[in-house]
Amino acid sequence: MSEFQVLSEAVIKGDVNTALAETRKALDAGSNAQEILDNGLITAMNEVGDKFSKGLLFVPQMLRSAKVMQECTKTLQPFFQEGDVTSKGKVLIGTVKGDLHDIGKNLVSMMLEGAGFTIVDLGVDVHPDKFAEKTGEVKPDIVAMSALLSTTMPSMPQTIEALQKAKLRDSVKIMIGGAPVTEKYAREIKADAYGSDAGTAVNKAKSLLGID
Amino acid sequence: MMIIVAEKINTSRKSIEEAVRKRDAAFIIRIAREQAEAGAHFIDVNAGTFVDQETGCLRWLVETVQSEVDLPLSLDSPDPRALSAAIRLHKGEPMINSISLEEDRFQSLLPVITSHPCHVVALCMAQTSMPTSIEERVEVGSELVKKLTGAGIPIERIYVDPLIQPVSVDTNMGLAALGAIKEIMQKFPGVNTICGLSNISFGLPERRIINRNFLSLCIFSGLSAVILDPTDKQLMTALLATEMLTGRDEYCQNYIEAYQNNRLI
Repeated sequence: MSEFQVLSEAVIKGDVNTALAETRKALDAGSNAQEILDNGLITAMNEVGDKFSKGLLFVPQMLRSAKVMQECTKTLQPFFQEGDVTSKGKVLIGTVKGDLHDIGKNLVSMMLEGAGFTIVDLGVDVHPDKFAEKTGEVKPDIVAMSALLSTTMPSMPQTIEALQKAKLRDSVKIMIGGAPVTEKYAREIKADAYGSDAGTAVNKAKSLLGID
Repeated sequence: MMIIVAEKINTSRKSIEEAVRKRDAAFIIRIAREQAEAGAHFIDVNAGTFVDQETGCLRWLVETVQSEVDLPLSLDSPDPRALSAAIRLHKGEPMINSISLEEDRFQSLLPVITSHPCHVVALCMAQTSMPTSIEERVEVGSELVKKLTGAGIPIERIYVDPLIQPVSVDTNMGLAALGAIKEIMQKFPGVNTICGLSNISFGLPERRIINRNFLSLCIFSGLSAVILDPTDKQLMTALLATEMLTGRDEYCQNYIEAYQNNRLI
């Protein structure tokens, strides 16, 4: 059992008061911020993601846990020391060109953040050239695309093409998701991974980067 | 009486996807007939999962269903090309599901819907964003109604879809949709409002319970058309009871008839 079990349980339950109190208590007791983040907060969010994927937890519970984690991270912020690895990797995410749906994309962002990734969110209706331009600029480890319409799915291979043209394709992993998107489609367009839901997306992102 | 658009012939359902892939006409006709017998006014056909073969599949669905079932169809696609191809084959006056304020979609569909007599679903989706509040929905809906009537579509043939978003993500989304339905019905006498029921319950358990209760609230707010599975007896029972309770069933006739025909549950 982790020494931050009470904290983890509070995050899973979405109990912000207990979680904040436990975070402060751990800091006062001399635990370092990195440890609290990894073994208290991220561990909890991993469990939330797994339970969500299995249908044991639901969207509002996931949102609540993510919010609690954000609050606790704010408390930890001033205590991070030089050399702490506060990010598991950088993910550039957006809903593809022609598509305005943001709910799925936001859930994935939130869970990735919960798992310790740094998120750069480009929003909705993101042009392939914009994905490429920003990839050059922020140098993400993963580019994640969402599409909720069969008519906007072709923007995904177009984005991959734009990355190829900009000679950036090989410097990133590409992940896709969204209601009409399938594993098969991911293979067809040569994306590196497909996430069927927010919890699975986190696991896929980790295995793409060889984490865990 | 509520206008019912039957939703089952949608390739996001595995059995339908398979039937369309194999061109299994008998299966599709059976599903269409069951929905017609359960009280559908329009049979929705959607082949969205076929992506680049969507147009061909949609055309096949139109011909197949209409060969045996004497009802108009709701041609369901975000792709103007698929809709234009399907409308040309359709006998009678279909429902076009849907047009929105997104510029490409609006401009490419307008000539199609003004040159064929049809019913039009006007989805409250703006050019660059999805509305969240009641006000935003009413604003986008109003602009669509004005543009469509301006192009010569009679208001009775316009069905504003307030864009249902999940309550799991924002608990105000139920009231936002219900408020928009009410305001749009008041603002444009003669117009219809329509919605599907399943988006409201995304991310939550026992979705059918949520959908059914949401339908009752929608009816109370003035919804005049709905996309649902009319073979779902519990859902249809809720619909009949709520219509009766909101003064939309003269002499309670529909409700009583449903009882006498053993259709209440």
